[in-house]
Amino acid sequence: MDVELRDIHKTFGKVRANVGIRLHVPAGTIQGILGENGAGKSTLMKVLSGFIHADQGAILLDGRPVVIHSPADAIRAGIGMLHQDPLDFPPMRVIDNFVMARGGSLFPGRAAARRDLKKLAAQFGFALDPDAYVDSLTVGERQQLEIVRLLWLGARVLIFDEPTTGISAAQKERLFAALRLLADQDKTVLFVSHKLEDVEGLCDRVVVLRQGYLVGEARPPYTTRQLVEMMFGKAISIGKRVPCAVGETSLRLRNLSVEDYRLKVRGVNLAVRAGEVIGLAGMEGSGQGLFMRAVAGLLRTTGGRISLDGRNLTGRSHLVSKRHGVAFLPASRLEEGLVPGLDLTEHFVLAEKKGGFFIDWEGGRALAEERIAEFNIRGTPASHVEALSGGNQQRALLALLRVSLRLLLLEHPTRGLDIESTIYIWSKLKERCGQGTSILFVSSDLEEILQYSDRVLVFFNGRVSPPLEAAEMNTDRLGELIGGKGWPEEEWVEEMTADG
Amino acid sequence: MTTEQILVGLASVLAAAAPVMFAVIGETISERAGVINLSMNGTILLSAMGGFAVAMTSDSLLLGFLGGMVIGALVALVVAFSSITLHQSQVAVGFVLAIICRDLAYFLGNPYVAQSGPRLNTAPVPGLAAVPYLGTLLFNQTLVTYLSFGVILLAWLWIYKTRPGLMLQGIGERPAAAFVRGTNVNAMRYLYTILGGAIIGLAGPSYSLSVKAGWMGTISGLDGIGWIALAITIFGGWNPLRAAFGAYLFALLQWLGLVLQSSLPNVPSQVLQVAPFPLMILTLLLVNIGNAEWVARTLAALPAGPRRVVTRLLRALRASPPAALGVPFESE
Repeated sequence: MDVELRDIHKTFGKVRANVGIRLHVPAGTIQGILGENGAGKSTLMKVLSGFIHADQGAILLDGRPVVIHSPADAIRAGIGMLHQDPLDFPPMRVIDNFVMARGGSLFPGRAAARRDLKKLAAQFGFALDPDAYVDSLTVGERQQLEIVRLLWLGARVLIFDEPTTGISAAQKERLFAALRLLADQDKTVLFVSHKLEDVEGLCDRVVVLRQGYLVGEARPPYTTRQLVEMMFGKAISIGKRVPCAVGETSLRLRNLSVEDYRLKVRGVNLAVRAGEVIGLAGMEGSGQGLFMRAVAGLLRTTGGRISLDGRNLTGRSHLVSKRHGVAFLPASRLEEGLVPGLDLTEHFVLAEKKGGFFIDWEGGRALAEERIAEFNIRGTPASHVEALSGGNQQRALLALLRVSLRLLLLEHPTRGLDIESTIYIWSKLKERCGQGTSILFVSSDLEEILQYSDRVLVFFNGRVSPPLEAAEMNTDRLGELIGGKGWPEEEWVEEMTADG
Repeated sequence: MTTEQILVGLASVLAAAAPVMFAVIGETISERAGVINLSMNGTILLSAMGGFAVAMTSDSLLLGFLGGMVIGALVALVVAFSSITLHQSQVAVGFVLAIICRDLAYFLGNPYVAQSGPRLNTAPVPGLAAVPYLGTLLFNQTLVTYLSFGVILLAWLWIYKTRPGLMLQGIGERPAAAFVRGTNVNAMRYLYTILGGAIIGLAGPSYSLSVKAGWMGTISGLDGIGWIALAITIFGGWNPLRAAFGAYLFALLQWLGLVLQSSLPNVPSQVLQVAPFPLMILTLLLVNIGNAEWVARTLAALPAGPRRVVTRLLRALRASPPAALGVPFESE
């Protein structure tokens, strides 16, 4: 179906999310919509899918104007959207998720639906078990379910909002193949992303949004530099690897073991020097999360010894390790890191732990202002944290950390952030390394691991590699290890340094 | 006790559970849609009084029951309006309503205290009532008890077997996902809260026109039933069949308390009267104990055989509330 957006305007309070956007996408096209966080991509797509109303503007399908006031209208018009976090029902079964929302008889007719589901899934090479519960599926599989569900409902325009966040490389390949197949079937695909490589590898054409405006268009062959310039209004480069000067051993792990009900991580030996960055690579849930929480003192270890600067921290709580200069930034920023409902000043007041019974609001506000300026956070002392964008939440988390730290533990420090924020966050982290803080970080982005770590630990199903020099690795080798290939049969021959 | 006595006793358990059943099923439906109707205790009293008053003045049992349903639906409408439209706390509004409705029932019901009014008779099902055992147990009951059987089955069928019922689960689980599937979430929440309220409203007349016929004001002995029904809803894991099991268990425990009184003369009667309540709490604990981390850790230490049995048992018992229970929904 041919889709045309005419002069779409949408403001939220003072923020102009979409300003006079015009876009025309012919049927059978994969249209990329590129822009950094907060550029207005999601807003535009939510307007098209009926999730929000535009203040002004028109939507034309196959040249005819349509009125879309709700998702129900959009579905009727043949427009379906896959949200970044799949909007499905986790505690329910795949088949129930599939049949819901289709009008018709009182009874769902699961038998026929089951056949349709299998047929559609087979067409795209998806392996979906109709009787599985959705909360046991990966994000990638949940996307697959949404795709076949929308097609079953008769969608001819499919919108994908940041679909490559949180899915594995293999699932990404399958997703892209499915999108190409959809385009071949003359469906219109709108692909929203802030990841250049995804857009370059997939889209027939690209538009770029910046601060609510449509600022440019491009067709293959794309030049990365041109796209980046359109996205940010200036050229940005990641820069060379800069190894930090490292000092004495600070964190020392001996035979550290930790487990939960489904995974065991056994016998990790590691000596981290002050100012060193260690990247923890592996598929989600391979043990790196457990390991991280054990080092932070949030999980009880089942064996081994943790010491920091010669002090034994084994079995001590996070409170104790925090007192000795350990900080942990979890992946779920709003759930574990920040307090939704409180503003930035309140966060700084909470974090600073001054004496006295009454709160020094003046001081708190001044501190908030100072840190906001220093960390380049787009917000005011009175901004509530849940209203900040992901990148600004991450900056706020960093700004809340104590000034001098010995060990910083980070989970996915740049997940969901655009390049500019990523570079900024890492420049701040490297600053800390220069002051002698050691960093351990988990990431699913191989480039990020190789770019910023000095050494790498690879996790696979609870097995842990010895520390590998990042400079001697490449993404192919790392990708193999993460996928469980190239691991020695017996225990890995320890290649630890003398001080380990 | 003879077999016949036991059967008659169990039949009385089924009958005594009917009002609680209406309350539990009504609440289950409302909470499935994401709205907690905490006013239940007051609604039951007010509808008991109102249903009795209507039936007495009009001399029509049917009107009495309808009156109860209308009262239940109106109270639920207040809960729905204040939470869905005005975004007020469901817990606060429901709790206040529970108290207001109870006191209103006592105040407005003064003229009807200890009056004689109509009462529902047993209606044996022709043919089936003569079937040995089952006849006495199931088919020699009042219409209200039959209706309670029907409500359990219908609610279960609706929630798990029909298309709108699936969406009802979805609305309570993740309203935003229901919304993108084209559902008017708030309209549906209104509908199910009011429907649930009407069913809860059947509980009152079931007492005052059948199980404990008449209106006795503050000594009616109905105060507190609503809170028990609320606990049973949770025990039932928002599943009508499990909830029905909980309601019957509670009625059975109460009956046992009465029966055992004569055979255990040394135990103070208060102990037996109160016993069902702590037993209910204990059951509730068992239901959710599987969620605790220390249980998981203790289980891990067990040998594989028993561990599998216990784990499976706990998982079967465990129930999670609808994820969006009590959370207002607003489309952007």
